[in-house]
Amino acid sequence: MPELTDKKVKNLELLANTIRQDIIEMLVLAGSGHVAGSLGMADVFSALYFHILNHNPKKPNWSSRDRVILSNGHICPVLYASLARAGYFPLEELKKLRSTHSRLEGHPHFSSLPGIENTSGPLGSGLSQAIGITLAFRLDNLKNRIFCLMSDGEHDTGNTWEAIMSAGKYRLNNLTAIIDRNNIQIDGFTEDVMPLESLRAKYESFNWHILEIDGHNIEAIIDAVNEAKAIYEKPTAIIAHTIPGRGVGFMEHDFSWHGKPPTEREARAALLELRTLSGRLKEE
Amino acid sequence: MTARKTESDKNTFSDKPKLAALRDGFSEGILKLGEENKNVVLLCADVAESTRSHFFKEKFPERFFEMGVAEQNMAAVAAGFALAGKIPFISSYAVFSPGRNFEQIRTTICYSNLNVKIAGHHSGLSAGPDGATHQALEDITMMRALPEMKVFVPCDALEAKKAVIASAKIHGPVYIRLARERTPLITSAKTPFIPGRADIIFEPKEKIKPQVLIIGAGPVLYEALLAAAVLEKEKIGAIILNLHTIKPLDENKIIELAKKTGCVVSIEEHQIFGGVGGAVSELLSKKYPIPMEFVGVKDSFGKSGLYSDLIKKYNLDSASIIESVMKVIKRKKF
Ligand SMILES: Cc1ncc(C[n+]2csc(CCOP(=O)(O)OP(=O)(O)O)c2C)c(N)n1
Ligand SMILES: [Mg+2]
Repeated sequence: MPELTDKKVKNLELLANTIRQDIIEMLVLAGSGHVAGSLGMADVFSALYFHILNHNPKKPNWSSRDRVILSNGHICPVLYASLARAGYFPLEELKKLRSTHSRLEGHPHFSSLPGIENTSGPLGSGLSQAIGITLAFRLDNLKNRIFCLMSDGEHDTGNTWEAIMSAGKYRLNNLTAIIDRNNIQIDGFTEDVMPLESLRAKYESFNWHILEIDGHNIEAIIDAVNEAKAIYEKPTAIIAHTIPGRGVGFMEHDFSWHGKPPTEREARAALLELRTLSGRLKEE
Repeated sequence: MTARKTESDKNTFSDKPKLAALRDGFSEGILKLGEENKNVVLLCADVAESTRSHFFKEKFPERFFEMGVAEQNMAAVAAGFALAGKIPFISSYAVFSPGRNFEQIRTTICYSNLNVKIAGHHSGLSAGPDGATHQALEDITMMRALPEMKVFVPCDALEAKKAVIASAKIHGPVYIRLARERTPLITSAKTPFIPGRADIIFEPKEKIKPQVLIIGAGPVLYEALLAAAVLEKEKIGAIILNLHTIKPLDENKIIELAKKTGCVVSIEEHQIFGGVGGAVSELLSKKYPIPMEFVGVKDSFGKSGLYSDLIKKYNLDSASIIESVMKVIKRKKF
């Protein structure tokens, strides 16, 4: 991983802001899609694709690349925008999200688009897929790192806990899960729908190493990933505390924004807010 | 008395046919693959011995993964293995895999067209005394409905071994339907297993006109052979087609033989909805509609009992096949 300077941090914050603008533009054109989780994870995606990952967008199948497995497929707008910004495919294609003649499926489909490493949408099976890859790499003595991005809501599924248990059993230290702990799901706040706390204690008792961070703090995200690399004998889960809808005031913390796109008017207001923030960041 | 097709085992029609379990054929096949190809890995969900996965575990411990009672995780972990270039087999009872993990098989394996092989054990009524909860009677329908999936239903232990070996040579998901009980050997070690090619395993003697085509898959084909032998004494000729590959379907062979006989009886240890008979009738109704009867489990669950008793109770035995043959011949237009 390259060195992290103040300038680089600011650059990553600006990239996250750009990705957020992309998300708003994509969703308003698509007329459907999931905005809150996508906006909330923009900082994590910026840190991953523009600093942390060992990858080559011009060679998406390069065998030494790190793998990003997205488990909560509904936040794929943030994945697509990050991939396009990183150079995996033309930015123009973002405008075609969810349309009939597009490669940008409503939920990510392996092999449809360069940079997509797995299929997801139905929640709860991404961590399992990441575990299979990690076990296979271990058999072949490969050192690639595997990142699995998960949501908090999907921890309601049995499959997720089956996976957590098996990753603990196999002591998969090359595997790092990053959990979007934004406290919302479709029907409300996670603690009302199906309480998850203490998430940390649950993971720890399944033999995982746990880190908790502010998921909007670029340095904290990168530091946590570095710490995870230093942990042997255990997989690490980074519980990233995020604000759903982050960056757009009227969407923040409101679970009703889980799965709807902004109207054109709302999109204009959202973009204005994001651009103002971007301008301020540049001036600092 | 021997099966008429040279490829069939000479013992099939003796009073004491040789018996072997499909699960043991699976075991031999996966062991051979383990030796031939180091990319083959086996995942099992706490049923290693009864699915005969434990021999592989003993021989290749580093390539055997005990996933516990977690079939959903097992399927999606297998998808991950395949994403990383391995050829994973997942082994459990068919009621659980694909019964419980259908969506993971659909999303993470088939939609990604990944190289995962699913061994569905104890299918049909072969879980006998364990009862209806453990008897998979819907798995063929579920699996053949999935795009990319190929479906093998071997009829005996020898064919099971060959199906397992063949599955690893095909790219993409394959479902292999296996059974617990020891059942008669129908094929011989020399019978080729060619995915997608249905094989004739019985033809009437030269002087007897073929009047009915019996299409079946799985160990219950033995009942069809018994039925054909009885029918022949009554001068009713039957051709029996071993449809070991349900998907892709050998359309040409089915239509060619259907034209010869003008009627069809299907036989399967499975619900009659959308399985072996379903696949055949979907084809015939479009390309060559002729009378057809279905021998299979008719919209009911199984129950505890001896496998041999259950075959009779659910009307899958040779007597039931003969009855269906007589019925379908009466309905013929020519
Ligand atoms: C197995 C499954 N059941 C139901 C759904 C429908 N669904 C889509 S997103 C979602 C909410 C899950 O919460 P979370 O992932 O935390 O959402 P977010 O924080 O992004 O709003 C649900 C129930 C699904 N995708 N998969
Ligand atoms: Mg959430």
